[in-house]
Amino acid sequence: MAKIQIITIVANILFVLYISRLIIKGKLREEYAIVWVICTAVLLLFSFWRNGLEVMARLTGVYEAPNLVFTGFIFAILIYLLHLSVVASKLHNANKKLTQEVSLLKEQFEKHLTKKE
Amino acid sequence: MPGKVLIVIPCYNEEASIPIVLQELQQIKLPGDYQMNVLVVNDSSKDNTSAVAKKHGAIVIDLPVNLGIGGAVQTGIIYARDNSYDIAIQLDGDGQHPPKELGKMINFHLETGANVVIGSRFLEKEGFQSSFARRMGIKYFHWLNRLFTGLHIYDSTSGFRLFDRSAITLAAANYPDEYPEPESLVVFSKAGLKIKEVAVIMSHRLGGQSSIRSFGSLYYCIKVSLAMLFSFIRKP
Repeated sequence: MAKIQIITIVANILFVLYISRLIIKGKLREEYAIVWVICTAVLLLFSFWRNGLEVMARLTGVYEAPNLVFTGFIFAILIYLLHLSVVASKLHNANKKLTQEVSLLKEQFEKHLTKKE
Repeated sequence: MPGKVLIVIPCYNEEASIPIVLQELQQIKLPGDYQMNVLVVNDSSKDNTSAVAKKHGAIVIDLPVNLGIGGAVQTGIIYARDNSYDIAIQLDGDGQHPPKELGKMINFHLETGANVVIGSRFLEKEGFQSSFARRMGIKYFHWLNRLFTGLHIYDSTSGFRLFDRSAITLAAANYPDEYPEPESLVVFSKAGLKIKEVAVIMSHRLGGQSSIRSFGSLYYCIKVSLAMLFSFIRKP
């Protein structure tokens, strides 16, 4: 096994452990973790299977194997960024609703208090 | 039974101008025995807007988080819906929209039965007309509005607006956040509401800043154009 394989495998395992720790501590929701787990699984697969990349490149008709990595990963990252924008928009809407509800409730509450006095 | 009118004033850091606006409002007599309440929506101002407005007898809603003009106006509209007001009128807190024109807007609404009445500064050449760049922008939005709503609306960015019951119900559920004025017109017209303009005379703002500043005006144009397009495509 080549040195670089060992390095990537160890790095992958550390990454998975870190993700698990984040989930256990409640800092990362499982639905967002799925993507990261899949990413590490793919990386792990290719660190064991050294010729895998060449095989995949030949299958898809890419001349230089590393270009396949760039294309694949940039695409995946773009999709994931879009997903994050969707999440942010959802949070934005939820935040707006909550803010409005809280402020309206507070106004009602204060009106009740002054009536009682 | 006389109807109820809610004046919605969205405010961000307007402690200087809000007392003048509120004092002017107190002296207004509305047509047709309408009963008027004034609601100030304080969009988490950093100054004393909330306390000043309370002192001058307005109902005040304090937003704990800054929502921007759209979210603030919508909060006022939700208040109007929940407290069953017949009419809600949005009026800026910076003194740009003179309260003495309120009667004109209500009368216009009663005469024409329009669900949304926009106080427009371009129907007659009087009073403050705003800068050249802004006028160009407004021309562009006039064109865009005609494209999406089929209506001739000259002052689609005006924030001086009257909403009747059906417009209140709609806007409480669906009102855009950022730069809401032109976009909301697309939403209203798609829902089949009647939108009309009436000429009002506006003055220079007494304090504060426009939410549209020169720096962001290109962003404003792009954002609003996109928003209007998607509001047009979206199913109601």
